[in-house]
Amino acid sequence: MTASGWLQIGLLLVLLTGITPLLGGYIHRVFGGERVLLTHVLGPAERRLSALLAGREPAGQDWKGYAGSVLMFSAVCWLALFLILRTQSIQPFNPQGFRSGPWDLSFNTASSLVSDTGWQFYAGDTTLSNFAQMAGIAVHGFLSAAVGVATGIAVARGFANRSGKELGNFWVDLTRALLYVLLPLAIVGSVFLVSEGAIQTLAGNVHLSTLAGGSQTLALGPVASQKAIMLLGSAGAGFYAVNSTIPFEDPSGVANFVQVLMILAIPAALTATYGRMVGNRRQGWALYAVMLAMFLGAAAVAYPAESRPSPAMRAAGAHGLNMEGKEQRLQASDSTLMAVAATAVGNGSTNAALDSFTGLGGSIPMANMMTGEVIFGSVGSGLFGMLLMVLLAVFVAGLMVGRTPEYLGKRIEAREIKLVTIGAIAVPLIVLFMTAWAISTRYGMRSIFNAGPQGFSETLYTYTSQANNNGSAFAGYVGFSQPHAPGNVGAAGVTFADLAGGAAMLVGRFLPMLAALAVAGSLSGKRTIAAGEGTMRTDTAVFAALLLATISIVALLTFVPALMLGPLVQALTPRLF
Amino acid sequence: MLRQLRSSLQAVIMLTLLLGLAYPLVITGLAQVLWPHQANGSRVEQDGRLVGSLLIGQDFRDQERYFQSRPSASVYDAVATAASNLGPNSRRLSLEIRQRLGAFLRREGPYNPGLTDAAVPADAVTASGSGVDPDISMANAAIQAHRVAAVRGLPLAAVMRLVAEHTDRLAGGLFGPGSVNVLALNLALDAARAP
Repeated sequence: MTASGWLQIGLLLVLLTGITPLLGGYIHRVFGGERVLLTHVLGPAERRLSALLAGREPAGQDWKGYAGSVLMFSAVCWLALFLILRTQSIQPFNPQGFRSGPWDLSFNTASSLVSDTGWQFYAGDTTLSNFAQMAGIAVHGFLSAAVGVATGIAVARGFANRSGKELGNFWVDLTRALLYVLLPLAIVGSVFLVSEGAIQTLAGNVHLSTLAGGSQTLALGPVASQKAIMLLGSAGAGFYAVNSTIPFEDPSGVANFVQVLMILAIPAALTATYGRMVGNRRQGWALYAVMLAMFLGAAAVAYPAESRPSPAMRAAGAHGLNMEGKEQRLQASDSTLMAVAATAVGNGSTNAALDSFTGLGGSIPMANMMTGEVIFGSVGSGLFGMLLMVLLAVFVAGLMVGRTPEYLGKRIEAREIKLVTIGAIAVPLIVLFMTAWAISTRYGMRSIFNAGPQGFSETLYTYTSQANNNGSAFAGYVGFSQPHAPGNVGAAGVTFADLAGGAAMLVGRFLPMLAALAVAGSLSGKRTIAAGEGTMRTDTAVFAALLLATISIVALLTFVPALMLGPLVQALTPRLF
Repeated sequence: MLRQLRSSLQAVIMLTLLLGLAYPLVITGLAQVLWPHQANGSRVEQDGRLVGSLLIGQDFRDQERYFQSRPSASVYDAVATAASNLGPNSRRLSLEIRQRLGAFLRREGPYNPGLTDAAVPADAVTASGSGVDPDISMANAAIQAHRVAAVRGLPLAAVMRLVAEHTDRLAGGLFGPGSVNVLALNLALDAARAP
């Protein structure tokens, strides 16, 4: 631990808090259909694309209509990506002549990107062509992020609507999310990353003879353009198997700092957008405060934990930071910062091998995900996930004082609470069920790499990450095998891991999303009651504390037993396994 | 239903063209014009011959004349990049670290009398995240400098000056503790010998 490490975390939070109202206000204007600076440039393109997809006079959709469009679009996306992966060998931009992916692995990969997860059982640098990376992986990093933003905005509209049942038009929202928010930021971000040293080329691998006379091959590709959207849009899939760990993706400490900011920017900004949409900015700040507090708590545990030697290092007589799986330019500070940020946000980016984190340090990314990805969370889905937790907190508070719960002047009734429960319980159930299935049968054993409790941790991490649409990994856990041969000749998926994980990602994405849209549909246009003496205000520090407690208690009650079996037991013992 | 299907198909096709081809190709164009050195992998040459990338570490094991890179779980393979992924309480990891520690002391000990376990920096005995970490810590470089200076017959001060020149300390260490680029340093060493 160093003072500069803490200073960097502090600087990040100051910058993030400064950006949040600016970017959030901009997103609010974009989705309100107001003119922004970019309208001069993008207006015609937006109108044409909107008209093509939604018709000249886009009609508002109720929650079912909106959900229908989301599901149909996502299904077509899934199919398109699956086809690209399966027919890679006949596509252009394939300088290494890679073959097409195995069916089970392609199922997992398509599900991963369409659910904005970015889980990588595949190794991008050794199995995917530049075409599959650009037109497949990167495109769906954009599209699933745009679906997330659009849905988040639609849910917020439902909460805000004083009258009417319309949540907006999905196609209009999708177009705006892409053209005004994701694409411009991605362009700026990728050019910046190149200036720091990230690569961007369509050339094939370069073979060379090293200074010491050995041979080396550099795997090149259009990395920066993909990296930028993967950071901004919460998918987080790396061009390389090791993601931001390799300098070609994350070249320097400065680049890393900006990458962490890119991960957090849009999810944080959406709280400010929400505050503006419901006509009370403090409502947005209350959500932001809870997220920030949880983020800080996570960093405060993980950073010191990684700044000490691991039990394996101690037993070997080594000293210093736990540097196994970490990069020298990033150290414990930058590595934990990205690990905490990327798991708070449902972003699969990582710049260190999380599998080699200490027991305590490794439990923090897991705990972050286990909150249901609401500490900022993925773009859009973090917002509606948090709103479901808000309703739960309001409900709990109502029970405690014996009043009908209400939020934003709207009564929260049985229908909403039932839907909230479905949204909040579905994902933990998938996580625990899948983990139990994988760990107790021989199907799941094949994927485990480490011995002892770490093997359990890997399994738990895998299904926590996939069901919560995070995408980071204890990467020892394998979903496909690749012999040492040029291209992906002979690469084969691990069918159980690929299918179970793929299903977890799809259900974990769309079930809570449908529940949130249904809640929004139910709240939209509900009669509001004027705030009175007994109204519990939801834009205060007291409520923020209650919300924080609700999220923590739900997550703790669900997951502490599982955490005890894996990472925490290793945090408590110097024993080796 | 059909209307939604048609919109979905149109959207996927249009947006794949825009985001999957136009966007990366424009960025590639921009990158190649603005920062061609970085965009193509920060390549470096020696005597007109391509010898590597400043961002990708190389294997210098058994080359006493050179500074050594960090241990690598992927044998410095820049294509199949990998970390060890061994857990914090892994017996196998502990054995590997002990071996690396022994090897480091055997290599550097003769040139650094009194070098003990406790003085060996963590980055010298742990495998990096990518397998191709291009950097080592300043403490690691300071220890290795004694060997390199002795083997090359250079004054220690001259080697340490080169180390300092190839140390990256951005914003006074705010964005990292300061790292030494091994390939750049070794190239500078070779160049120092030439004239």
